[in-house]
Amino acid sequence: MHIIVPIKQVPETSNVKMDPVTGTMIRAGVGTVVNPLDLFAIETAVRLKEAHGGRITTLTMGPRGADKALREAMAMGCDDGVLISDRAFAGSDSWATSYTLSQAIRKLGDFDLIVAGERATDGDTGQVGPGIAAWLDLPLATYVAAITRVEPARGLTVERLVEEGYQVVDLPFPALITVVKEVAAPRLPTLRGKKRAKAAEIPLFTAADLDLEPSYLGLKGSPTKVVKVATPKVTRGGTLVRALDEDAVADAVDQLLAFLDARDLLPTGGRA
Amino acid sequence: MSFVWTLAEQHEGRLKAVSYELLGRGRALADKLDTKLASLLIGDGVSDEQLQTLVHHGADEVYAIQDPRLASFTCETYSNVLVHLIKTYRPSVILAAATSTGRTLMPHVAVRSHAGLTADCTELDIEPGTGHLLQTRPAIGGNIMATIKTPDHRPQMATVRPKSSRPLPADPTRAGRVIEVPLDLVLVDERVQARGYRGDAVDFVNLEEADVVIAGGRGMKKAEHFALLQGLAKALGGAVGATRDAVDRGWIGYPHQVGLSGKTISPRLYVGAGISGAIQHLAGIKTSETIVSINSDPDASLHQVADFGIVGDLFQVLNELQRRLDERRRGGEEDRA
Ligand SMILES: Cc1cc2nc3c(=O)[nH]c(=O)nc-3n(C[C@H](O)[C@H](O)[C@H](O)COP(=O)(O)OP(=O)(O)OC[C@H]3O[C@@H](n4cnc5c(N)ncnc54)[C@H](O)[C@@H]3O)c2cc1C
Ligand SMILES: Nc1ncnc2c1ncn2[C@@H]1O[C@H](COP(=O)(O)O)[C@@H](O)[C@H]1O
Repeated sequence: MHIIVPIKQVPETSNVKMDPVTGTMIRAGVGTVVNPLDLFAIETAVRLKEAHGGRITTLTMGPRGADKALREAMAMGCDDGVLISDRAFAGSDSWATSYTLSQAIRKLGDFDLIVAGERATDGDTGQVGPGIAAWLDLPLATYVAAITRVEPARGLTVERLVEEGYQVVDLPFPALITVVKEVAAPRLPTLRGKKRAKAAEIPLFTAADLDLEPSYLGLKGSPTKVVKVATPKVTRGGTLVRALDEDAVADAVDQLLAFLDARDLLPTGGRA
Repeated sequence: MSFVWTLAEQHEGRLKAVSYELLGRGRALADKLDTKLASLLIGDGVSDEQLQTLVHHGADEVYAIQDPRLASFTCETYSNVLVHLIKTYRPSVILAAATSTGRTLMPHVAVRSHAGLTADCTELDIEPGTGHLLQTRPAIGGNIMATIKTPDHRPQMATVRPKSSRPLPADPTRAGRVIEVPLDLVLVDERVQARGYRGDAVDFVNLEEADVVIAGGRGMKKAEHFALLQGLAKALGGAVGATRDAVDRGWIGYPHQVGLSGKTISPRLYVGAGISGAIQHLAGIKTSETIVSINSDPDASLHQVADFGIVGDLFQVLNELQRRLDERRRGGEEDRA
C-alpha cells in the first residue's frame, strides 16, 4: 500500500502569549512545528503500514526550511519526504495550495490513500484536504474518527465524526480521508527514526519540476484576498465576583442568576 | 440577476436550525445587492410545509433537489449537483454552514468552480461601491480577525459558523416560491457509500448547535463529577463540553472536546467550570455570546475573557446553582398549576 500524508508546518501555538496591553499576539521566539492535527494523520498512516505493509510518503509545501517538518514525520515512521518549495507558491490560499499539492501528488505516481489533517492550526480552514480530493477526483471522507475495515487494493470503511454521531462510510481505493484526534494517539519518534530522518535525502520539487498552470499559483492565483487583519478585543470587561469563602457562594450565585436573567439566558418556563 | 444562495441542511428529512440562520445572513446581503435570496436544499424527505418555512425566514425562492440517493451526505454527488446548479444559474454569493457537511462540500465545489471560499466566517457584509462580499473570520486560534474578499471570481463562497447569528423571526405572510428540481441521475456518483450511523448515535452530543454549553476542565477532578455538569446542562437546556485535559484523562468522550483540536462553538451561553482558559481552549469558545467562568484561581485566563466570573470552589458554586435552578423550576410549575 502506498500512502501519502500532506503535512503543514505551523507556528507553535502552545507558546503563543497575548500581550495584555496591546491585545496582540507575541510572536517573538515562536518556533514552528508540524501542524498538531497532522500528527493524527501521520499516526494513521503508520498504523495502516504496520498492519498492511507498504510505504508512506509525506509531503509539504512551504519554505525551504520546512524539511524539518518532513523529518519529524519521518522520525515517526514515514518512509520518504518531499518538499514542495518555490517563490511562485508564496501566498497561496487553500484553492491554490490544493492545486499545487495535487500536481505534486500526480508526479509521485500511484498511491492507494491520502491521509490529511482535519485542518491546520494557523490558517484553520480545513479546505485543503477536500480541495485535493476535488482536483484528483478521489472519493472523500472527512472527519474520520476510526478506520474499521481495510481491504488492500479494494477499499476501506471509516466512521466520520459528524453532528449527529458517527457516520459509517465505505470508500474504494484510491481515496482521500481527513482525520480527527480520536482516530489514533500519535507516537513519539524513536531515536532510530530520528537518526534515519536526519540523514534522509529529501527531494525538492520547485515550480519547474511540476506540470503547473502558472495562473493558478501563489498569491496571484488565489481567488481569495485578505483585505484587512484586526485584533479583536481580548477582554470583555466582565464582572468578577469573589466567593472563595463558602458563605459568599449563595450571594455570588444570586448575582449570576440575575445576570443570566437580564440577558434572557434562563429557561423561561421556570421564572419564579 | 445574480442571486444570493444559502444551503439548507437536513437530517432524516428534518431541516436543521442552521438553515434559518444562514437565511438571516443571506437576506441582509441580498437586500444590499438588490437581488433575490434563494435557499437550496439537497436531501430527501423534507415536506413542502417545511420548505415553506424557508420562505417565512427570508427566502424568495427555494430550490429543493430531493431523492433517496441524496438522503445521506456524500461529497461527490452533492458536489456534482451543486456544481451543475452553479453553472446553470450563476449565483453571485453562496453561503453554507460551517458544519461537517458545509466544510466538506464547499471546498470541493470551490475547486471545481474556480471560486474563492472563506471558512468559518462570523461576519459578512457587502463592500460599498464594488458590491464584493466581505467575509470576516477569526484566524490563528481566534487571535486575529481577517477580512477576505474574492474580487475576480464568482460565485463568492463562504461557510458561516453555526450560532454566530440569529435567524429572522418567521413571517408566515412572506411570499416566495418553492421549486422542486429533479435529480439528474448522471450526477449520482456511487463510489462512496453511506451506511448509516454507528449504533450509539442516540443522544449524541451536538455541541455546535447547542444554545448552552456547560464545560468542565481538570478542576472537575474526576469523571463522576461530570454528572454535575449534565444536571446543569439539563436544567439550562444545553450540552456538556470539556477541555482536552478532561478528555485525555478519560473523564468524557472526544465528541465533547472544545478548542483547537476539538470543536469550535458559538453558543448563546458558555459556562466553564474548573477550566484555566488556555489559548487552545479559548480558540473554540471566543465567539460565544456570553461567557461565564467558575474558577478558584482569580488569575485564571478564562476569568479575563468572561462576562461573568465567580472566583470560588466550583463544587460549591455548581451545587448551589443547581439547587436554585431546581427551586425556580418547581416555582414555575406551581405558578402554572
Ligand atoms: C496543539 C494543542 C492543541 C490543544 N487543543 C486543545 C483543545 O482542543 N481543547 C482544550 O481544551 N485544550 C487544548 N489544548 C490544551 C490546552 O493547552 C490546556 O492544556 C487545556 O485546555 C487545559 O485544560 P484545563 O483548563 O481543564 O486544565 P488546567 O489548565 O489544569 O486548569 C484547571 C483549572 O481548574 C481550576 N480549579 C481546580 N480546582 C478547582 C475547584 N475546586 N474549583 C474551581 N476551580 C478549580 C484551576 O484553578 C485551574 O485554573 C491543546 C494544546 C495543544 C498544545
Ligand atoms: N502547505 C501544505 N503542505 C502540505 N499539506 C498541507 C498544506 N496546507 C494544508 N495541508 C494539509 O491540509 C490539511 C488542512 O489544512 P488547511 O486546509 O490549511 O486547514 C492539513 O492538515 C494538511 O494535511
